[in-house]
Amino acid sequence: MAVPDVAVAPVDEGFWTRTRKVGLVLLALGLLATVLFGALATGEQARFTLSEDAAGAALEVNGTVGAIIFGLITLAAGAAMLAGLPKRWFIPALAVGLVAFVLSFLCWQISAAPAGQNFMPLVNIVRGTFLLALPLIFGSLAGVLCERSGVVNVAIEGQLLMGAFSGALFGSISGSVWVGLFAAAIGGSFISLLLAVFSIRYLVDQVVMGIVLNLLALGITGFLYERLMQTDAARYNSAPRFSNWEIPLLSDIPVLGPALFRGNIFLYLALVLVLVIHIALFRTRWGLRTRSVGEHPTAADTLGVKVLGLRYRNVILAGAVAGIGGASYTLALFSFTKNMIGGKGFIALAALIFGRWSPTGALLAALFFGFADQLATYLGAINSIIPGQFLAMLPYLATILAVAGLVGRVRAPAADGKPYIKG
Amino acid sequence: MTDNPQPGSPDKEPASEEQAAQTTLGNTERAEAATTPTASEQRPTLGRLFLENLWAANTFTVTLLSLVLAMIVGAVLMIISDPDVLATYAYFTARPADAINASWTLVSEAYANLFKGSVFDPGATTLNAALSPISETLTYTAPLVFTGLSVALAFRGGLFNIGAQGQAIMGVVLAALAGFLLPLPPGLHLLVAVLAGALGGAIWGFIPGILKARTGAHEVINTIMLNYVAVYFLTWLIVQNGVQDPNRTDAISRPVDASAQLPRLFGDGLRAHAGILLAVLATWAVAWLLNRSTLGFELRAVGANPDAARTAGISVTRTYVLIMVFAGTLAGLGGSQMVLGTTAAALTPLVVAQIGFDGILVALLGRVKPWGVAMAALLFGALQAGGNRMQSYAGISLELVTVLQALIVIFIAAPALVKAIFQLRAARAARLQTSLAKGW
Repeated sequence: MAVPDVAVAPVDEGFWTRTRKVGLVLLALGLLATVLFGALATGEQARFTLSEDAAGAALEVNGTVGAIIFGLITLAAGAAMLAGLPKRWFIPALAVGLVAFVLSFLCWQISAAPAGQNFMPLVNIVRGTFLLALPLIFGSLAGVLCERSGVVNVAIEGQLLMGAFSGALFGSISGSVWVGLFAAAIGGSFISLLLAVFSIRYLVDQVVMGIVLNLLALGITGFLYERLMQTDAARYNSAPRFSNWEIPLLSDIPVLGPALFRGNIFLYLALVLVLVIHIALFRTRWGLRTRSVGEHPTAADTLGVKVLGLRYRNVILAGAVAGIGGASYTLALFSFTKNMIGGKGFIALAALIFGRWSPTGALLAALFFGFADQLATYLGAINSIIPGQFLAMLPYLATILAVAGLVGRVRAPAADGKPYIKG
Repeated sequence: MTDNPQPGSPDKEPASEEQAAQTTLGNTERAEAATTPTASEQRPTLGRLFLENLWAANTFTVTLLSLVLAMIVGAVLMIISDPDVLATYAYFTARPADAINASWTLVSEAYANLFKGSVFDPGATTLNAALSPISETLTYTAPLVFTGLSVALAFRGGLFNIGAQGQAIMGVVLAALAGFLLPLPPGLHLLVAVLAGALGGAIWGFIPGILKARTGAHEVINTIMLNYVAVYFLTWLIVQNGVQDPNRTDAISRPVDASAQLPRLFGDGLRAHAGILLAVLATWAVAWLLNRSTLGFELRAVGANPDAARTAGISVTRTYVLIMVFAGTLAGLGGSQMVLGTTAAALTPLVVAQIGFDGILVALLGRVKPWGVAMAALLFGALQAGGNRMQSYAGISLELVTVLQALIVIFIAAPALVKAIFQLRAARAARLQTSLAKGW
């Protein structure tokens, strides 16, 4: 955090600790859920089916009853926090309160849906959440790699886009998904390389460079799309796609099985990468060096770590990760279109910040944002009165709240964004 | 600070013949100066001095050469994306003339159209046709001046306003609402619509400003996030009753009343409108604010060193809020022109195009100085206008303009690179550096 230069928010002191403030917010949410959602919900059964449609086993609750009960749970969590819950219970209580709030909301929405649609297919929701979160996971991991070593990565959007584009282009030309995947990684690294060279060697401001690179990637891919892919789509924009792989045994788990273990390579790769990067960052020599370069490059240099070399390597690696994330669109779902990433890179950035610059945190944040996205689609399908656009704003608003310190402080690596000049 | 630590550049390989020629030119000139002191060197003439400074890493030369470099890269992109031209390279060693001719035809036609669409078309027969390129350029320039000034003003105060896009969106929203909801007489209606636009931007600038001042939340993060909040707000608003055009089913609002439209400058046939006059006025006002007013002094002091400014008794928090409000106001004004001018009359999801993000590039290219920003906006406006003609006449996608703009700014931002490629001399007063590197 580079801003002790302004009046910093007062440290939690006295009666109004952070727990109590958050408790007050939860209390208000609980009240809203109990009264408003309870009143608006209908007596219809709200069914959460464990399948892809209305059929099969389901968890059922009467709409009004469900909305009120879950609202009361949120209310209780808020009240407990307000009454002075010990600090170690903060996260669990917050989680329970928020989940109950969402459930109360869902009870209202599902019970108020048009007749015959009073169900929520959980398999679809979970699968959609992961699918929509995929580029966010890859993108925020790219951010983690960069920013942990002290280079701000605002160019995630550009890296994803370039990855998607080169994956589609070279996948189509070669007819091989693996060539496409490799090309996507190279494409992402290309944008990263520019970021690295200009910010590390030429000391250009990293945020500036990131923004400009996003526009560059948008321009180059858009230009080549119109010149090549639009004129000859069969040749340049018909990449083969990875098929879904079913993992035996695991795919038989209810809900999670069909949603998670019948996915494509990108889904598995994303989950493995989160684990690998988490372990590498906090348990290996490379990780220690990366973090030290991000926090205090001078000290790292004194101890013999090659600061600039490590930064180059990590930034380029980050590009490859983001590039693969871009390919999760073009080598699995859609053919390439202009500006197809459409701001996902910035949500990935938000996930990175919301997840406090840690791989697992980024994963959770990405899933939360993916869920918000999926929920917007679902609510649109049941003609909800809640506009999808407001749910789409949620990731951005949540990040603003997080950065403003309303839900606990987030802190970037100390040397993030500061060029290192060996002296 | 931006000078090379080592003199050797990674870009020693000249990317093209033109560049190679430039490099050689630079080399011989330098060698000459080092080994054979000529008569003219002993008593430098004015012309010699001029030439020497011309080939030094000063702002003007670097800007010009960045443009050249960007156009070279653009030419390479055009060639590699044209299968017919590319085919001639297959037998390059046998008949190089084919490849060179084909490439030249392709590239020269594209860039000639870029020029004809933005500055002057020699084939024009009527007065309107002759003025049309300039009129188009000015139409695209006006909003960019505002968003560029918005970013530049914040930069000078030490804040990086990436939110010009969102502020422009909120500006265009309020301006359009005032434009078709309020039944006001001409003149007053326009004034109210413009002010509404300014207000929209100001509100959207105030939020990150107050958050920065009160909680220290980084404005880069918050402005990025608010951009997208604004986008979703706009897409939601357009389809609401009373806003959406009743005769349409797609996402488009009612058109702004004629009484709230900015007047055209050169008659009905040409699109240039009074927005460009407002832009010049705004440039002058920002220049005055920065260089002549107390507030401007405080703003620059805070930008240079917030701690020192606070010690000197300047309220840093108040200044941060004011900076963002002013920046938002400017971006909002820029956005309002997208419906009050001649570009469009109704809100659509993409009504502000990229003017906010382009504003960042414009501010950097203009070296965050007001009149520099105006000049940079003129260049970008010209590229945009020319790009339209290039697209329709030479069949080169408008996206190339985005590439050119981004490349120009990349080269500008790394003057050391340009200096190394062209073997420029160090400038006498080298004030070439990209400002602020603060991180989150």
